[in-house]
Amino acid sequence: MALPTYASPLERAWHYAYLAICVLVFVFLIAPILVIVPLSFNAEPYFTYTEKMLSLDSEGYSLRWYDSLLTSGMQAAEAMRDGAWWSDLWHNADWVKAAKNSVIIGFWATILSTVLGTLAALGLARPEMPWRRTIMAILISPMIVPIIIVATGMFFFYSNPCAIVGMECGRLTSTYTGVILAHAALGIPFVIITVTATMSGFDQSLIRASASLGANPRRTFFKVVMPLILPGVISGGLFAFVTSFDEVVAVLFIAGPDQQTIPRQMWSGIREQISPAILAVATILVIISIALLTTVEILRRRSERLRGVAAH
Amino acid sequence: MSDVASQLTTADGRPLKAALASAQARAKRRAFFLVLPLLLFILISFAVPIGQMLQRSVYNDQFSKSVPALSQWFAENPKGTAPDEAAFAALASDLVLMKETRAAGDAGTRINYVVSGTRSMFTKAARGADKLEPPFMEAMLELDEDWDNPLVWNAMRSAASPWTFDFYTIAFDLERDADGKLTKVDETQRIYFRLFIKTFLIAGVITAICLVLAFPIAHLLATLPMAKANLLMILVLLPFWTSLLVRTTSWIVLLQGQGVVNDILVALGIIGDDGRLQMIYNQTGTIIAMVHILLPFMVLPLYSVMRVIPVSYTRAARSLGATSWTTFRRIYLPQTIPGIGAGVLLVFILAVGYYITPALVGGADGQLFSNMVQFHMTKANWSMAAALATMLLVGVLVLYWLYDRLIGIDKLKLG
Repeated sequence: MALPTYASPLERAWHYAYLAICVLVFVFLIAPILVIVPLSFNAEPYFTYTEKMLSLDSEGYSLRWYDSLLTSGMQAAEAMRDGAWWSDLWHNADWVKAAKNSVIIGFWATILSTVLGTLAALGLARPEMPWRRTIMAILISPMIVPIIIVATGMFFFYSNPCAIVGMECGRLTSTYTGVILAHAALGIPFVIITVTATMSGFDQSLIRASASLGANPRRTFFKVVMPLILPGVISGGLFAFVTSFDEVVAVLFIAGPDQQTIPRQMWSGIREQISPAILAVATILVIISIALLTTVEILRRRSERLRGVAAH
Repeated sequence: MSDVASQLTTADGRPLKAALASAQARAKRRAFFLVLPLLLFILISFAVPIGQMLQRSVYNDQFSKSVPALSQWFAENPKGTAPDEAAFAALASDLVLMKETRAAGDAGTRINYVVSGTRSMFTKAARGADKLEPPFMEAMLELDEDWDNPLVWNAMRSAASPWTFDFYTIAFDLERDADGKLTKVDETQRIYFRLFIKTFLIAGVITAICLVLAFPIAHLLATLPMAKANLLMILVLLPFWTSLLVRTTSWIVLLQGQGVVNDILVALGIIGDDGRLQMIYNQTGTIIAMVHILLPFMVLPLYSVMRVIPVSYTRAARSLGATSWTTFRRIYLPQTIPGIGAGVLLVFILAVGYYITPALVGGADGQLFSNMVQFHMTKANWSMAAALATMLLVGVLVLYWLYDRLIGIDKLKLG
């Protein structure tokens, strides 16, 4: 994006102004995420940079919020940090429990939405697929429909799922199954979008080639199709996992006290007594999202290389 | 030609046309069976719950289930009949029933939605219902003179059937007068439809700001060499991958009274310590935080369109004597329209239905329509929540349909 030699002074000035605007927008995008990281090490219970922090005095920094994150909810937080303390932490600490719930729910929701979503994307990519557009629109709709509508609908439905056939069969609210089903539905659009994008570059004649060489459909799928679309499937799965890992409204409506997730804990933390402990969680989540982003980028490049799209 | 085609047969003697048709039908079925499990899953766990909830906006038996006698009187007497002694007798017998089943509060609440201040009339009347003696009309009027209010009787007639449009009437800020004609409610009480319009306006403002901010950086990313662009792209994608709650928390930290932005402004001497700006827990806070959260959804479609615009077009325009402004306006901008359309519609759709950020940083005047749905959910006013949800859903689905029409849902890409 070099400036052409024939540019007039006005154009030069505008070019630099334009670059400055771009820098400002990038700062707007990224600064809010980075600014909370140092604040989570604040020694004081404030949300602002203290003078000690600004002068890089080590007294201004501490790990106390990370510590309070671990110990809140423990039965004997002040005890010696021995085996019993760690076991207490693993079983009773609020945030540890929330993290476990988030991982369990995210894992199963991801498996469900990735398996169903990939199968559907394989069907949608076939040229003879009937009503493709309508079906695609239905499958993407969980991303578009306002979450509050989805959550309230699911709240009523899951409190007695058999009501549609006029029976009683217990409830799915306040169960892991209910939350997992809800999150799977919310993650599906992302799997569909990512996997169909991968399939769009997929050469359908490879399937025929494999069949003509004597492979049965199963062998063709596992030996030819799968390796080529795997990067897309994994990034779709990661998208689905992040969707579940970050979801709070469906959890608010469907989950019971035993299914509190990290976002749910953050939600009440922000609403009730916002403390720098929230920033400590936020920092950990930022690190997780950096790791996920890196993985997805690596997968995307690998997928492009495999499919021979735009080598760079 | 078609004669020849019909004579062609496959190796086993079947007409080629028929064989081809059956093979295609088989391929179609096979493709459809791959999609079927997911389609069923979405329909059962997603579409049915929403449909079931929407039904609540037109179905409410809170009142109708406890007034058998009164329903009968309404059925026997046409609309507009003034309540006579028989009507009050029916009401009194239903009130006795309500007292036994403890349903007076519930039934009164249903009427209260339409004519406010009437819930207590029902609870009070039910409490002493078994002591009421004929003539019931006078006895009831003695309890509360509002019992012959035509508005109350109209509301009861409407609520005596579980199927109702009352909640939509309320949602559109309308009410029925004594003759049953629809009129607008008082200026001060126009809450719902006004908020609906305001939500679309705020979503429009957010979309416009997103477009203005996203356009230059998408252009920069599209024109830079791939390696540099990929590096800068991370700055767009990192917020996209970061938890919504984390980003909302950051904005609280940045914008609050004792927050980082105010501290910087005070330190720079731009504002005094007592003149700290109120930027969070109001509409401004909602807009700033939502622009930040939705910006990647604008940058990504813009970028994918700008990426493939050939540089040679703008160069050709310049070499033919166009100024840089004319080149931009006449050559470059028209080619970015598909990206602008996709980004604007996507951001607008997402903004209209937003819930979390306004709930956390919106304060009193930064709440959107979704928050109103949630408010009625917590008040256990399911029918009202469902009516509002339906309005919102219809708005969003129209936009979604537009998106599919103009851009095509299969063009949606992430990262």
